[in-house]
Amino acid sequence: MTGHEHRDDTGARFGMWLFLFTEVLLFGGLFILYAVYLHRYPREFVTAGAELNVWFGGGNTLVLLTSSLCVAISITALQRGSTVLCLRLLGVTLACAALFMVNKGFEWSAKIGHGIYPGSPHLLDLPPGEAVFFNIYYVTTGLHGLHVIIGAAVLTWTMVLIKKGRVNAQRWVMLENAGLYWHLVDLIWIFIFPLYYLILH
Amino acid sequence: MTEHAHIVPYRTFFIVWAALLLLTALTVVVAQFNLGALNVWVALLIATVKSGLVIAFFMHMKYESRLFLLSLFAALAILAIFIGFTFLDVLYR
Repeated sequence: MTGHEHRDDTGARFGMWLFLFTEVLLFGGLFILYAVYLHRYPREFVTAGAELNVWFGGGNTLVLLTSSLCVAISITALQRGSTVLCLRLLGVTLACAALFMVNKGFEWSAKIGHGIYPGSPHLLDLPPGEAVFFNIYYVTTGLHGLHVIIGAAVLTWTMVLIKKGRVNAQRWVMLENAGLYWHLVDLIWIFIFPLYYLILH
Repeated sequence: MTEHAHIVPYRTFFIVWAALLLLTALTVVVAQFNLGALNVWVALLIATVKSGLVIAFFMHMKYESRLFLLSLFAALAILAIFIGFTFLDVLYR
């Protein structure tokens, strides 16, 4: 690198954190919806929540926690100059993201197969509280799934930059920020899992 | 401007991961007992502890400057106001 390069890695990370705060407020709105309707329809939420499969939710929790571990380790690996290990770990993370979405796909298609999807005739026949539960469930897990896809895309782009040597042991803030986004996806799921899959059993 | 990176050892991350798995198991076990309204609060408490671990170690908050933590608390305070004021309406309407 010739000449003086202007870089502010702390500023870059702080900017990413500020963005994550807006994401927390976005999902916070959906959790408020959940809380308000749980308060209004406690019985219906129990009945509807019992329909969700704990194994899908629990399995996906393990998948996401492990993917977060891989991202965290990959940053240390890059900082220590182990580029190959770093890329392998990010590869495992992408595999976890794919596994998560495949699980989600099976889960959703089973629900849709039972006539449970927003606006379905079956849902319209259910008591209002149960229909609300499934509607919020689809919006929240759908928005979360979208974040999984975006996170995986950002990590893939970061892997390309690492391969090109643009992100390396001296300049790793891009990987740090992509990792922060990925951990946020994990954080949101940490709350979704007990609230939707467990609390009502 | 280059800064000195705080390199977190692999071991730390494995310990945190193991703790997260244990807490996940705990939240599943606790959910099998009917504690009434307390179930929600226990689940939220465990989820908060798990989030704290992810934020402190996986997201490196422990190694960042104090400004990062302060801004996180500011964001959470805003979220608490958001939730609190909504429930002032929902509960006492």
